[in-house]
Amino acid sequence: MSEQHLAEHAHPATSTYLAVAAVLTVITLVEVGVFYAPVFHPVLAPTLLILSATKFALVVMFYMHLKSDHVLFRTVFTLPLMLALAVAVSLMFLFRLLGS
Amino acid sequence: MTHAAAHAPQQHAHYTSTGLDSRKLGFWAYIGSECLLFGALISTYLVYKGRSVTGPTPHEIFNIPVTSISTFDLLMSSLAMVLALSAVTRGDKIWARVWLGTTALLGAVFLGFQYYEFSSFVREGLTIKTSLFGSTFFTLTGTHGAHVAVGVLWLTTLLVRSFQGKLGPEKALNVEIAGLYWHFVDVVWIVIFTVVYLLQ
Repeated sequence: MSEQHLAEHAHPATSTYLAVAAVLTVITLVEVGVFYAPVFHPVLAPTLLILSATKFALVVMFYMHLKSDHVLFRTVFTLPLMLALAVAVSLMFLFRLLGS
Repeated sequence: MTHAAAHAPQQHAHYTSTGLDSRKLGFWAYIGSECLLFGALISTYLVYKGRSVTGPTPHEIFNIPVTSISTFDLLMSSLAMVLALSAVTRGDKIWARVWLGTTALLGAVFLGFQYYEFSSFVREGLTIKTSLFGSTFFTLTGTHGAHVAVGVLWLTTLLVRSFQGKLGPEKALNVEIAGLYWHFVDVVWIVIFTVVYLLQ
């Protein structure tokens, strides 16, 4: 089996999976706390979007193994994701939900 | 720290000129197309947000504590899924069955939460026909729920194959691909939970 195949299959250890699960749980608790805490309401949207993006990245990198997998897998996933994000942001501007 | 977790020979590996398995590459391309599908559904929800002329509104009917528990349930199902893959890879049949069963069960519990939520919304007067909010909300979360249901069926199939003795380390890629699907369903919910439920 070539080094490329080994790299393709190198997965994190169980302890890493458990650590990621713990971080995901804490972030979810923080999200709900931020939602209910009035002090965060002026910065609710950016705070929640950052926390959500962190959870998204953790699952994709560690549970879906994109951190250690082949660059082609990352490309095939990231390009449509960026396109979907660009479409969403464009629609927000088009319907004046952003920038007005 | 990492370890090479899936070095068992793949009996039916389909390597391409890139040296990568064509099934895994093809599945990543499918997941990419799913990003566009859910991107469109989430965008549509956001574009029509706050434009309904009749209630009930999200603020009036969302039950954040219940949705938070179902979100936690789905996150833990992703942990069970990676542990199932790890067990299949090292040829541990017992733990592979335990974790595959746990993942499917947590997925079924999530569907139960969604059924409870949808029923309570209908009782409170929100259906897919009521308003723009109802149409976009039920289309988005219903499509996600359908994906979860497909995932539960897929995981149950793998569990049955394991009990038949046909899910050894040489079939780890089958579990890995099912895992990719399951984790994708999880990350889509991570976005929905924030954008739909928390950013009202």
